[in-house]
Amino acid sequence: MTQVELPILIPFALAISLLIFNTPKYGRWIGPIGSLAMIVASLYLFTTLQSEGILTLNMGAWEAPFGIVLVIDYLSALMLVVSSFILFAVSLYAVRFLPDDIPLSRFFFFFFTLSMGINGAFITGDVFNLYVWFEVMLISSFVLITMGRKKEQLEGGIKYLALNLIGSMLFLAGLGLLYGKTGTLNMAHLAQILKNDDQAIMMNTSAILFFVAFGIKAAVFPLFFWLPASYHTPNITITALFAGLLTKVGVYTFIRFFTLFFVQDQVFWHNLLLIVAGATMVTGGIAAASYYDTRRILSYHIISQIGYMIMGLGIFTPLAIAGAIYFTMHNMVAKTGTFLAAGMIAKLKGTYQLKEVGGLYKQNPLLAILFIVPAFALAGVPPLSGFFAKFTLIKAGFENGNYIITMVALLTGLLTLYSMIKIWNEAFLKKQPENKKHQDGVALSWPDYVPLALLALVSVLMGVFAATLFSYTFEAANQLIDPTNYIQSVLNNKQP
Amino acid sequence: MEVMLALLVGILYTAGVYMLLRRSILKFIIGIIFMSNATNLLVFISSGLVAGKPAFVNESTLNVSDLADPMPQALVLTAIVIGLGMVVFILALKYKYFEVTGTDDLDQLKQTDSQK
Repeated sequence: MTQVELPILIPFALAISLLIFNTPKYGRWIGPIGSLAMIVASLYLFTTLQSEGILTLNMGAWEAPFGIVLVIDYLSALMLVVSSFILFAVSLYAVRFLPDDIPLSRFFFFFFTLSMGINGAFITGDVFNLYVWFEVMLISSFVLITMGRKKEQLEGGIKYLALNLIGSMLFLAGLGLLYGKTGTLNMAHLAQILKNDDQAIMMNTSAILFFVAFGIKAAVFPLFFWLPASYHTPNITITALFAGLLTKVGVYTFIRFFTLFFVQDQVFWHNLLLIVAGATMVTGGIAAASYYDTRRILSYHIISQIGYMIMGLGIFTPLAIAGAIYFTMHNMVAKTGTFLAAGMIAKLKGTYQLKEVGGLYKQNPLLAILFIVPAFALAGVPPLSGFFAKFTLIKAGFENGNYIITMVALLTGLLTLYSMIKIWNEAFLKKQPENKKHQDGVALSWPDYVPLALLALVSVLMGVFAATLFSYTFEAANQLIDPTNYIQSVLNNKQP
Repeated sequence: MEVMLALLVGILYTAGVYMLLRRSILKFIIGIIFMSNATNLLVFISSGLVAGKPAFVNESTLNVSDLADPMPQALVLTAIVIGLGMVVFILALKYKYFEVTGTDDLDQLKQTDSQK
């Protein structure tokens, strides 16, 4: 299946083409059209997966446990599809909202290298290859976050870079120890070796290094401090891109590692995951409630929501993992949507400070509707996607007897609702304050609404077709809980 | 030899963490370099050292004890290159930050955390 490498090859080719056609005129077209190509490729791979089962590709024709193998199972495919939609929406948004001092062709070069790293991390079946994709992702995100070269962007960049570099080192150290103990880095092979090993508890030293490394990437408590220190500094387009994708890659690797081969000593790990999840939800939710800058509220909110995904992994039943995967997908869409809306509010009003804006409901009802869809989806209001995500997780928690974490999740839902309603009240409902310091921005024209409308539509459709999506995430969860199928597909793969 | 290298890894990590906790950004970067080298060494010795044996052999050598494990060597080469790129980027970032603010003090990095 050579098509498996399309999610890596397409962004790579697009990034190279942007080096050749190095003017904003081309960047304006290559960006969105290229992202559309990624949507097509990921949907194609998803349908192929449905008809043919798990897709694998041995890179360089090296036999499976020795070479690098790319694997697409349901979890990878779902993540690829959702992230390609987000990339498309953000690419449309970038064309309208990036300031003139960031050339579009340069932005899209790093945009595509970033998406190459993300897609690579989603489909690789090799631990060291995952490390390499993480670094591809990191170096692109370092450049993107400092792109405006303003003082606070450089400062945020230093903080972001420092903690993430330490995370990468821990990842690499854990990987070295893992190789020393097992003699393989192929994920399926690791799973096979560790499944039949009575001393698998020795893996804990490696597992904790991976836990901290992924914890830093996914911004869980108490390793999240880089996120609120840096996410509000770059241009809102870049923040929206990061918010939707980067931390979710950390969550994806958590789910992959702790279902596939770090499955020894489950009592310890699942309790640790649940404690971390609860603390993440609460700290993120409370911190979000204390701010009046939309970007900061939403940044803390990312952290709060990561807790739910980790909670699903900690409960570790098929229902909980299916819920966690659905929650991740919903959150990627809705979170990016709210950030895009925050950028549009700032474009209209010239500031992100909620205390200085107001009256937007009368001024721009369309934006109000487009904001309320992702915001209420995040808060978990019934017909929208977030409701089904939270409902499934909470149902799984009660069924499995994890009452404390489930109560924490329910109460954090109120905090989420509070901060969403705060943005709604302050920006849309209350009257425009008289003594504002910032000049009004410019009016929005219709192409400005397209990316947010797209994400709002996806969010609504994810709620309407929740049953269909849940059948996919259940399939993903079953593949994760019982990895026999995954192991067989990778290790007995016959090359044509 | 493994013991010596293991001790070296420990010393490099200690020195790296100490430098990370200093106030100067430049010393912080030196700490990053120490830690990344310690990690590279750790990966390199992870599967044990084999002295004086080649990593790649031709098909006639079938005995496993006649060759060194090529995998950690390949991994560590990749990791060194990535680490170099990272250090170059963070040095460039530090230079730019110094140009804009004129400070090398990590305690001055308060702006993005303050409540506004």
